[in-house]
Amino acid sequence: MRTNDLILKTTTNIIVFIILAFSFKLFLAGHNMPGGGFIGGLMTAGAIILMYLTYGLGPIKKVIRVPFTFLIALGLAIAVATGLGSFIFEQPFLSQTDGYFYLPILGKTHLATAVLFDIGVYLTVIGVTMTIILSIAEDQ
Amino acid sequence: MLHFLIIAPLLIAILAPFLYKKLKSVHTGWFVLVVPLFIFIYLLSLIRTVIHKPLLLQLNWMPSLGINYDLYVDGLSILFGLLISGIGTLVVFYSIYYLHKTEKLGHFYVYLLMFMSAMLGVVFSDNIFVFYMFWEFTSLSSFLLIGFWNHRHKSRYGAQKSMLITVFGGLSMLAGLIWMSLEVGSSSIRVLIQNSEIITNSPYFMPMLLLVLLGAFTKSAQFPFHTWLPDAMEAPTPVSAYLHSATMVKAGIYLVARLSLLFAGTDEFFLIVSGFGLLTLCWGSYMAVKQTDLKGILAYSTISQLGMIMAMLGFGTGIAVFAAIFHILNHATFKGSLFMVAGIVDHETGTRDIRRLGGLYTLMPITATLAIFGVFSMAGIPLPIMNGFLSKEMFFDAAVDLRLESGSIYQMVAPFFPIIAVIGSIFTFVYSMILFFKTFTGKLQLSKLERKPHDPPIGMLISPAVLVVLIVVIALFPGPFNKYLLTPAVTAVMGEVPHTKIYFWHGFYNAPLFMSLIVLFTGTLLYLTRDKWLHVYNRLPGRWSMNKTYDYVVNGIFKGSTVLTNSYMTGSLRSYFRIIVGFIAIIGLYTMYSSNGFALNINSTPFSLPEFLVALTMAVAAISIIFVHNRIAAILILGVVGYGLSLLFVFYSAPDLALTQLIVETVTVGLFLLCFYHLPELKRDKETSGNKLFNLVVSVGFGVLITLIGISSHSSKWFKPISDYFLENSYELGGGNNVVNVILVDMRGLDTMLEICVLGIAALGILAMIKYNRKGDLE
Repeated sequence: MRTNDLILKTTTNIIVFIILAFSFKLFLAGHNMPGGGFIGGLMTAGAIILMYLTYGLGPIKKVIRVPFTFLIALGLAIAVATGLGSFIFEQPFLSQTDGYFYLPILGKTHLATAVLFDIGVYLTVIGVTMTIILSIAEDQ
Repeated sequence: MLHFLIIAPLLIAILAPFLYKKLKSVHTGWFVLVVPLFIFIYLLSLIRTVIHKPLLLQLNWMPSLGINYDLYVDGLSILFGLLISGIGTLVVFYSIYYLHKTEKLGHFYVYLLMFMSAMLGVVFSDNIFVFYMFWEFTSLSSFLLIGFWNHRHKSRYGAQKSMLITVFGGLSMLAGLIWMSLEVGSSSIRVLIQNSEIITNSPYFMPMLLLVLLGAFTKSAQFPFHTWLPDAMEAPTPVSAYLHSATMVKAGIYLVARLSLLFAGTDEFFLIVSGFGLLTLCWGSYMAVKQTDLKGILAYSTISQLGMIMAMLGFGTGIAVFAAIFHILNHATFKGSLFMVAGIVDHETGTRDIRRLGGLYTLMPITATLAIFGVFSMAGIPLPIMNGFLSKEMFFDAAVDLRLESGSIYQMVAPFFPIIAVIGSIFTFVYSMILFFKTFTGKLQLSKLERKPHDPPIGMLISPAVLVVLIVVIALFPGPFNKYLLTPAVTAVMGEVPHTKIYFWHGFYNAPLFMSLIVLFTGTLLYLTRDKWLHVYNRLPGRWSMNKTYDYVVNGIFKGSTVLTNSYMTGSLRSYFRIIVGFIAIIGLYTMYSSNGFALNINSTPFSLPEFLVALTMAVAAISIIFVHNRIAAILILGVVGYGLSLLFVFYSAPDLALTQLIVETVTVGLFLLCFYHLPELKRDKETSGNKLFNLVVSVGFGVLITLIGISSHSSKWFKPISDYFLENSYELGGGNNVVNVILVDMRGLDTMLEICVLGIAALGILAMIKYNRKGDLE
């Protein structure tokens, strides 16, 4: 018997965007408000899991072409790279800095190198969570 | 020069296998022969200088640790050095004819040269650590030599036994020596001796003495530890002749002699050394009579002779020490020749069993003649051409003279020692006679022999002949030996110049002569009537031989440790967990109790009702998990605990933690459900009620421990927390207001970096476990 999950699909379409937006917000606000790379990453993974729950494994794989194991590697590489980057400025490993910049559209913006590091955390957490859950779920 | 000569055999040993491989036509022994001969000649040339003033040759090795390759050359060490190199030369020469070229000669000479180096190192070392190093090196090379024919089970057994016993002694000796060097503050044996009063007055004198003597007794096969020596007879005969009669077994004697100056005069040293020496003398000679194997007899005879030397060193009087040193020399000559003769008999007849031998006198006249000298010298027959008689006479003299010593201990034991000495010597006489007459006289049993025996090639006879000539020369002209070898050696042992001359004839009416005559007559009588009394051996050693004790102990240790290991290494994770947690609880609670570590400070911030309710819910949920038998339910209840925790984080204003905890808990519960969905239902516990009770005690104990630690650590704040620094500088330095995040990515970014590494590894691990098969291919 085929089930019709129209309501689920419809709500998911809307909710996933809200969750994704919220996760980005958590991620970007991390420096001044509760949140950060870890929670943001988990939240994004949550959104992706919701898509998998609704549409099944096949369709989503077509949408998200990047393998999640690659995300782990990428995240770790970024985190290490930001650490190594401080060597260029003759600073100890993983030194962070911040400052205010005038950008074309955003105007006066506060930018911190810690965000770069957080991107690494963010990507790793997404990759890890998705790898674990998908590999267990796919194993029948 | 001497520094180099001691390790020269070791260096030459590297060449031996190549010589064996490349020059197949020449017996490798010929090349090896040069080494001990050269050392012997060099040591002879040293004598003239050494008798006037001992040499101290220093060479730094590890000066910062006080371990230096220092050599001390005095009369005692040069006597031993000459024995080692001299008999070494003869043994190598003998082995050239004894061992066939098809044997693994490369191995044999490597081991033999290793041993030679080690033994020379033992006698010349002045530093206790270097001494010990060479000491263990002798054990090691002896192990290799005993197990030379390693395809035989008995060889392997003998090698293992000698290794276990001598290394056991060696280690305890090391402990004793280190202890003494700590007391004195120097690792030089010479300095130890100079400061002997520090050691003899130390409250730890007794343990130090016992530890060191344990090393000497195991090496020299004294009474309880003699059991390895008869089994070491599985070695090739040249090895037995060299190691187990002339050199290695005398290492213990050397140690006692070397340290006599240190211990001498103390009652403990006198009683232990002479007591065990006499016991070994009697037991060894008594047991030798029972043996039927030629080398067996010789092994027990070695034990008993070593006991005699040890006893005399224990007496510590001038005449006794002189007799001991003299007997070391004599024993090396006659026992070496006897072993070689036994080897010849074995070689020619194919057996060493005296029950199958007999009447060989007519077939092997030269061998028999050589044997006569060795045997009669060993028995101490009163003939002017037997050196054994001279030293045995001195032994009796020393035992009798003990009553002249002052000191209550001496007075107490003096009457008994001569009697014990005579008893031991009677049995020595008996087994000596058995050794000779059973082999060379009586009925010839050609049918029991593998081939018709005849005298061996002349090369094989040269080495024992040289030793026999020495026996006679020492007996006839003891003067030069006394002057150049014995007197300096006794001076080194006693610390003073002795005034002893060697006489063959003491005149009538003196005790030693009568004792010798008693030995001679009683011994002859016992030998002739031995069939009548041999059955006593069923009674006295009976079931009590030391061999059986050794086997019992070794097997007992093996079985006991197996039982012990099996009792706790059950393979059950549950029991390991019990042990780990149980021990943590016991040790933790005890530490808390003994250090009075519990602290309670009630003046903390009060908690609100919602907090209390959440905590209560969590506690109830946690307890109820124990009683739930449905796995899914247990997982869900666990989720309650997790969500309760995130609520508590909210109450304690930790929004980041609360968020993370909330999501992680959800993911975890989801994963649990995914995994456990496939597993069968929880089974009823099969554990016994006793185990259940034990689990309860362990878990409650552990819980109590953690609770107590929590309360105590919370109640005692010794230092100002560093969190203020973070709160003040978060924006200033990190550019952010979320202090937690600034700490995570900026101030302690390294932790975070490694944690995401952990996560990545975990994910890849799970992927690998699930997706890849055993071969490592993707499924």
